[in-house]
Amino acid sequence: MSTNIADHVRTSLVRKGRWGIGEILFWLIAAATLFLLPERHLILNEIAIIGLFALSLDLILGYAGIVSLGHAAFFGLGAYAAGILAKHGFADPLLGLLIAAIAAAILGFVTSFLVLRGSDLTKLMVTLGVALVLGEIANQASWLTGGADGLQGVSMGPVVGLFEFDIFGTTAYAYSLVVTFLLFIVARRIVVSPYGLSLRSIRDNPLRARAVGIPVNRRLVAVYTLSAAYAGVAGALLAQTTQFVSLDVLAFHRSADVMLVLVIGGVGYLYGGLIGAIIFKVLQDVISAWTPQYWQFWIGLILVIIVLAGRERLTERVRTLWKGVAGRTAKSPEPLPKTSVREI
Amino acid sequence: MAIALETKGLVKRFGGLQATDNVSFQLQQGARHALIGPNGAGKTTFINLLTGVIKPTAGQILLEGQDITGLRPELRVQRGLARTFQINQLFPAMTPLETIGLAVSERTGGGRDWWRVTGSKRDIIDDIVDIAQRFRLTDVLDERTSNLPYGKQRLLEIAVAFACRPRVLLLDEPAAGVPEAERHELLATVAALPRDVSVLLIEHDMDLVFSFADRISVLVNGALFTEGTVEEVSTDPRVRAVYLGESVDE
Ligand SMILES: Nc1ncnc2c1ncn2[C@@H]1O[C@H](COP(=O)(O)OP(=O)(O)O)[C@@H](O)[C@H]1O
Ligand SMILES: [Mg+2]
Repeated sequence: MSTNIADHVRTSLVRKGRWGIGEILFWLIAAATLFLLPERHLILNEIAIIGLFALSLDLILGYAGIVSLGHAAFFGLGAYAAGILAKHGFADPLLGLLIAAIAAAILGFVTSFLVLRGSDLTKLMVTLGVALVLGEIANQASWLTGGADGLQGVSMGPVVGLFEFDIFGTTAYAYSLVVTFLLFIVARRIVVSPYGLSLRSIRDNPLRARAVGIPVNRRLVAVYTLSAAYAGVAGALLAQTTQFVSLDVLAFHRSADVMLVLVIGGVGYLYGGLIGAIIFKVLQDVISAWTPQYWQFWIGLILVIIVLAGRERLTERVRTLWKGVAGRTAKSPEPLPKTSVREI
Repeated sequence: MAIALETKGLVKRFGGLQATDNVSFQLQQGARHALIGPNGAGKTTFINLLTGVIKPTAGQILLEGQDITGLRPELRVQRGLARTFQINQLFPAMTPLETIGLAVSERTGGGRDWWRVTGSKRDIIDDIVDIAQRFRLTDVLDERTSNLPYGKQRLLEIAVAFACRPRVLLLDEPAAGVPEAERHELLATVAALPRDVSVLLIEHDMDLVFSFADRISVLVNGALFTEGTVEEVSTDPRVRAVYLGESVDE
């Protein structure tokens, strides 16, 4: 019976690491849009980038419970890092991504010590403050960033030396999609690892997490740094694929939008950011075409409805459906017999 | 016998309130030691000091002879000191399996491992199974912790602490709030803890204390009032007076 339970324990734990059919379909469809929706590559590129940005927020919000109203700080820093690098002749996109990731990670690491102390309100204010400060620095340092005029003259070399960026956004979308996919795989791996489990435990109950020997602060610093690097890459993708950077990348609405995107898609399962980005962009497209001046009105209304209707409940329903599609509930292991009172 | 855990002149003040009053206490290796005292006597505060949740105003804490007074809580756990909470401190959105798995992988250093899937190591699985069986949790392993019956949550509370494989285990009223019918089962698991774990038990139920403990300390108003064997303490008229609320001349 003991081996029976051991099998159950193993499958139950390891199952989380396996990809469901629904997930595989999701990415197959994403890849298919490269060929099936050629005239939509520009907006799809934006979706991939916002999706990656929201995914980075999910890492801290959904898995570690860290709230942020200033995630654009990392996005913007990544964008400027990649843009400035390209402007000064380092045109290789992958090098730009790497530098952007490192720059954002450093900022994330340093600011994590400010952010991680204190209540949720403190976190909101500190993250907001960091983004505002960075925005003003970018505004003032116009010799470097172009200030309010934006960073002009960014010209990118071909991706991996082969694929030139084109005006239809095809290379851009393929590039952003592949980068997002690769970073997604890493994130997905992390959240089912013991490290990812420890993050969830900290989110649920930091007092108890410490009481099982988890160095809570160190774990949070690590995930905040990682999340910042992801956001930096998303920003760099935007700079590289649009070959332009403006102060907008650091603006407050960027931080608010990414939060909105994640709330629409649902926190804590990694796909929320991606699905939220699709819904957000498509809605924006549709509503703007229909009634451009009321876009903010409608998205605001949708946000209120989602939050009032209970994110949890909605997410739970989607999850149940999702599991059904993935066929994972059907395969759940047999219930175990009740433990008999064990003589010890 | 060696001393597992010791305090020297431990003091904790909350503003004007002296919650821990110059407590010098010793827990012997392998002991079954009970700490009793009326509500508000400072028992939980004492546990919080020992585990580093709060910092003492004065005094010293030694774990197996080494000063841990300034050590961070998680490092105390890694040195073999674990506790349970009087009020459940669990992970509501996680399953018992994940909860125990978490504690086991942290202990084996897996918590820094961000690439391997949890549960892909054989010895971790065996450990989880062993703990789940010992605490009778095998039938609820995949339930959400917040949906567990209270009695099971109390068992999980002890199971997580035990999963840290402590050499010293501090139990803060493990049976608090557990219905009479389930009490016995819970206490049986406590009584069946391996003898090489030194246990300090806080409990109100005197039957239980007398059957479990070989030594008893009485805490009153933050200070150690008396200490002795079960015999000595249970027959001490002053203890009956302060603790059991009986008058001395009864
Ligand atoms: N964090 C705190 N701040 C202020 N007072 C506290 C705090 N924790 C406990 N106390 C006070 O210390 C005294 C002892 O409490 P406690 O240790 O919980 O007692 P017991 O566990 O023996 O019932 C009580 O008067 C309580 O109000
Ligand atoms: Mg108490």
